[in-house]
Amino acid sequence: MNRWLLWLPLGLFGLFFVAVAAGLMIPKDNVIESKMVGKPMPAFSLPAAIEQRPALSSTDLVDGKPKLLNIFASWCLPCIAEAPQLLELEKAGVEIHAIASRDRPEDIANFLNRWGNPYSRIGSDATSSVQLELGSSGVPETFVIDGKGIIVHQHIGDIRKENVPELLAILREAQ
Amino acid sequence: MIAEAGLIALWLAAGLALLQFALGAIGVRAGREEFYAAIRPVAVAQGVLVTLSFLLLIWLFLRSDMSVSLVVKNSASVKPLLYKFAGTWGNHEGSMLLWVTVMGLAGTCIALFERSLKTKTLVTTLAAQAFISLGFYAFLLISSNPFERMFPIPPDGQGLNPLLQDPGLAFHPPTLYFGYVGLSVAFSFAVGAMITRDVGPAFARAMRPWVLAAWVFLTLGITAGSYWAYYELGWGGWWFWDPVENASLMPWIAATALLHSVTVLATRDGLRAWTVMLAVVAFSMSMIGTFLVRSGILTSVHAFAVDPERGSFILALLAIYIGGAMALFALRVGTVKEGARFEFVSREGALVANNLLLSAILGIVFVGTLYPLVVEALTDEKLSVGPPYFNLATGPVALLLVAIMAAGPLLRWRKDNAKALLNRISIPIVVTAAALFLLVLLTTGMSVLSLLGMALAAGIAVASFAPLWKRNLRRTPMHTYGMVIAHFGIAVALVGMASESSFTEEKLVAAKPGDEIVVNKWKMKFEAIEPVAGPNWTALESRITAQYDGGKTVEVTPQNRMFASAQTQTSEAALLTRWNGQLYVVLGEGDAEGRWQVRAWWKPFVTLIWYGGILVALGGVLAIVGRLRRKYLQRRQKEYAELVL
Repeated sequence: MNRWLLWLPLGLFGLFFVAVAAGLMIPKDNVIESKMVGKPMPAFSLPAAIEQRPALSSTDLVDGKPKLLNIFASWCLPCIAEAPQLLELEKAGVEIHAIASRDRPEDIANFLNRWGNPYSRIGSDATSSVQLELGSSGVPETFVIDGKGIIVHQHIGDIRKENVPELLAILREAQ
Repeated sequence: MIAEAGLIALWLAAGLALLQFALGAIGVRAGREEFYAAIRPVAVAQGVLVTLSFLLLIWLFLRSDMSVSLVVKNSASVKPLLYKFAGTWGNHEGSMLLWVTVMGLAGTCIALFERSLKTKTLVTTLAAQAFISLGFYAFLLISSNPFERMFPIPPDGQGLNPLLQDPGLAFHPPTLYFGYVGLSVAFSFAVGAMITRDVGPAFARAMRPWVLAAWVFLTLGITAGSYWAYYELGWGGWWFWDPVENASLMPWIAATALLHSVTVLATRDGLRAWTVMLAVVAFSMSMIGTFLVRSGILTSVHAFAVDPERGSFILALLAIYIGGAMALFALRVGTVKEGARFEFVSREGALVANNLLLSAILGIVFVGTLYPLVVEALTDEKLSVGPPYFNLATGPVALLLVAIMAAGPLLRWRKDNAKALLNRISIPIVVTAAALFLLVLLTTGMSVLSLLGMALAAGIAVASFAPLWKRNLRRTPMHTYGMVIAHFGIAVALVGMASESSFTEEKLVAAKPGDEIVVNKWKMKFEAIEPVAGPNWTALESRITAQYDGGKTVEVTPQNRMFASAQTQTSEAALLTRWNGQLYVVLGEGDAEGRWQVRAWWKPFVTLIWYGGILVALGGVLAIVGRLRRKYLQRRQKEYAELVL
């Protein structure tokens, strides 16, 4: 029996090898699935964040057309980084609404003047209450909402160049 | 031309490694002793060439040669010189080249300095070392050529991961690599000894300095890594049981066990099979650690240089080396004669207990680290195993281990008397009981684990010096001092850990300039927030003045840093160190009303954790110096005796 014991380390290593090899084969998705994906938007109504754009409420998101809901703030550095990607999406014909988190009208106006304004509606979420209801913990975050007000995708963090085609594909699928 | 020269040197070194392996393998198999003489110079030449290749890569980084793809991806001409230098190994290709370089140099050292081992075992060891190196040469030359050129030549590089731009971290990976590679030498020794059936005290004594050196580097690497995570990640914790941290901890645990069992083999010729197995496991853990980090198979906050294809390559190497060594173990160790026997209550008995408990901890960490991977492979469910599991599972075992650590050095070899032992450790036991009593009386809210840890630490601190009791301190060998200091270091670190986890005070506030923040006896004032610029970053810096217990006012400046070249933000914590702890301040996000999140911790005696780590490493250094000096003196004596005769 002692002799068989000597093979035990090799056996254990074999198990490790199989588990890891399997782990390497299985394609990995590092997407953190939100609890809100698949659920309808919570009801909310936010006042306009700047004069030039109308206010935003949850009913604006159920007009039959898929759209993006971007949560941003003028004080957020990655939001600057994702601004060109949002403009690109807008150019591609995507309707983008926004929630400005804990922000001031003049700061938002400055931010949009400087980095571009891809938004059709901007609601001001002064206390982050809507943001929290959406299960969003930081800025920037972007939700894909289908025409019926159901959240189909949550993008956490800034939108990079490579994310643009991904988001466009999800929007097309949500049609 | 530098890049081409580097690549040629690398190819030549790989060729020499093949020659070194062939000379050893054929020499030993066919019993051709004329091959034995050639293997030493080949090993030396291999070491020299691979070192040259690595130096050339460093040179490319220092010159910011933007025609080399690796430099472009990991450096930028605006980077400070230190980080250009460190950028050489702050990436996959460079770090793999560093790995084979250290392996090559280790081979050179064995070839030049190892004199006590039987020639046949030495030759087999060098062949095994070359065989391992060959896998990594193949890896470099086939899938990760560090010298690859890039066309067209871009105007500037993309920079280094900003988190890695830190003086401490510049030297953290090489330190760990020295440790890992040191263990590869122990592995080669074990393979060599198994093949020649030469497992005995001479083998143990030849292997011991390498194990000690590897262990010192790992200790330093882990200590430095823990401190880096503590101040750079801005979470205020010093150990997160993150997969990457565990990957560096597992080889250390195995090396610690090996360090103790090799002593039994060297002194008493016991634990033969077990020591060989540990030598194999220790390096296996290093390779598995590297694999887990590099393949990206485990998700981690550290995840860098991740690539599944490379993961498959390293996995194949793992299968060959670890699987091969373990099969060799199963086939050969049955024929290794059982070593000397001993009683349960004896120095050997305590060391066996040390080994079993360390193995248990290793098992717990290993299972916890890989469990999410296995579950995901089987059920598609994602989960992570966090500190609650690790702390709860390893804590009690570790406390038992340190309790045995207090008694072990006071036991005699082969056979001892339990009563006499109790007598010898009566003072530490009284100290532990007194500390426990005082802690229960004077403190509130300590967890059972911290309470026991703190009390035990007091006892061990006393017990660790007991081996010096009634001894002539000038004639006590240096390695005994090494053990004393290392064990004392464990006690010091344990106090730091228990204190940090029990007495830390935290404050999280949204502060405007002018606001006051109080944590423990620290009174802080948020003075201002202003932009500052560094060589390749800009930051928002908050000026906060802090005063401890009405003392002198000091300024701290935590920052939010934005790196231009990689579009990444990092949080730079500000630390104020006092003899009795550290104030740790982090600047968070701002909001619309001009308030900023400020998070402050007062962590009493937290620095002891790292001072303890340094003491442990220092103990290791003393042990190496002591052992090597003794070896040298013995050889001199022998030569002298031969001369006289």
